[in-house]
Amino acid sequence: MNANHHIALTDQAIDVAAVLHAAESAEAGAVNAFIGTVRNRSEGRRVVRLHYEAYPPMALHQLARVAEMAQAQWPMLRRVAVTHRHGTLEIGDVAVVVAVSTPHRADSFAACQFIIDTLKEVVPIWKKEEYEDGTVWVSAHP
Amino acid sequence: MNLTVSLFGIAREIVGQSSLSLTVPPGQSAAGLLAELRATYPPLADLRSLAVAVNNEYAAEDLMLHERDDIALIPPVSGG
Repeated sequence: MNANHHIALTDQAIDVAAVLHAAESAEAGAVNAFIGTVRNRSEGRRVVRLHYEAYPPMALHQLARVAEMAQAQWPMLRRVAVTHRHGTLEIGDVAVVVAVSTPHRADSFAACQFIIDTLKEVVPIWKKEEYEDGTVWVSAHP
Repeated sequence: MNLTVSLFGIAREIVGQSSLSLTVPPGQSAAGLLAELRATYPPLADLRSLAVAVNNEYAAEDLMLHERDDIALIPPVSGG
């Protein structure tokens, strides 16, 4: 467990400022953040709300592992903060915040993108979209 | 030996419960477990991917399972 990594899952509204604050470092001139929010359309259908289901122990473990992978690839990373929401989310709610800090900005953009992209591939969290006429587990089928 | 398998998302809906208790031969592999579950619940075979996780790590196909392992079925993830 790396003391410079702050990883969390929550079923409450994400405090974005707190995640950004957790990523700050006196040694870093750049803080870069990605904020994922719930949008109202998906592949042409109107989304009413979303349901995120997580496998918490594995999700936290895999999130920490993604942060370690980023740290290995960008050794200049000072802090990594990731918070992912689960439960029921309404349109506009924040689903995930990834924030990183580095001495210079180019590395912070790259590391932040790597973390959100890799999170979406390996972290056991599932999104179910609710429409006016039904629900679908996202990306479940080819 | 007896295994408990935790289920999530669409896999949980297909099976109709959040965990399964199974009796499997000693030395059952992750791939063997998947094959057995796909045979019992054919809609699992229609998923884009289905992984076995053991003790919070994705399991290699030939990983041998043990009674005390935390085993979970991982349908395609879609966080973020």
